[in-house]
Amino acid sequence: MEVAPSNHLRTFELEREEGAIIESLRALSRERLPDPNAWLDGELKRNVLTTTLDAALNWARAASLWPNICFTACCTFEVIATSSSRFDIARFGMEVLRASPRQADLMITAGTLTWKMAPQIRRLYDQMAEPKWVIGMGACGITGGIFRGSYSVVPGYNHIIPVDVYLPGCPPRPESLLNAVEMLRKKIKRSSARASR
Amino acid sequence: MKLPALPELACSLGAEIDPSGSGLIVQPEKLLETARHLKETPGLDFTYLDMITAVDYPDNFEIIYRFLSLKRNEAVIIRTRVDKENASVPSISPLWRGADYQEREIYDLFGIAFAGHPNLRRIMLWEGFKGYPLRKDYQGNA
Repeated sequence: MEVAPSNHLRTFELEREEGAIIESLRALSRERLPDPNAWLDGELKRNVLTTTLDAALNWARAASLWPNICFTACCTFEVIATSSSRFDIARFGMEVLRASPRQADLMITAGTLTWKMAPQIRRLYDQMAEPKWVIGMGACGITGGIFRGSYSVVPGYNHIIPVDVYLPGCPPRPESLLNAVEMLRKKIKRSSARASR
Repeated sequence: MKLPALPELACSLGAEIDPSGSGLIVQPEKLLETARHLKETPGLDFTYLDMITAVDYPDNFEIIYRFLSLKRNEAVIIRTRVDKENASVPSISPLWRGADYQEREIYDLFGIAFAGHPNLRRIMLWEGFKGYPLRKDYQGNA
């Protein structure tokens, strides 16, 4: 059932643009992602060489992940707990939570994402410098959680941005987050500068 | 509002008393007049708009206003019913600026228009969203 638009209804140009961005993100989210391992065969056939440069780069990257502040909902408090003294992510060189995405290389998706907020998160991700990684934290971050099926919630951050590590829990405890960080560090150490995405 | 003045008030406004006895049911066209009366009549002093909400019933929408008199520590509930086709009620934002966002939210989620609202646009959802999700007949599209 639609209500006929009334005369006193006004919409600013900015909001139409925002609406168009959200609609295009929704359309994109329905497209199938390319297989991230498609390159494997060809690369292996060409006999990939892991250089010492890779090892040095990966060591530096894995040892100083700077998280971006992407605190959309309640998982935030687990990130805060993880960053404070009891769990102390300074041990992994990532105690600097960056307010600017340009200084960050890790996005921890701490919370439910609404479609209204999606353009801002996408923009934050786009503004992060390569190489960059994403930890999909919490049930909402992975699938939309208990809000999956809602008219306003993105059913998982991977509809908007690529996710490297999925971290289940509602919310995941700090130990789980540290485990996810450890998984990501292993992933980074496996990666190669020649095959970077 | 449990005070004995309620039947008197209903009589003077041409409204009927809510079955629960806590307020009045008024016609939409009398809403603004009623609200102004409640707000500006000395002795009533319902100067504080507590909240506005709406309900989707099978036959109509009901918009519910709760006003408080801080001076007399009393509340009154005003209900008004509108048809589902082209649902529209007068805006009370000329009387209470705080009604602005609440009416926009009801417009956004129920699709009830508020005539005379200075800035009636979606507030929670984005421009281009199809449908009104708090209606019972809304089909999700997630």
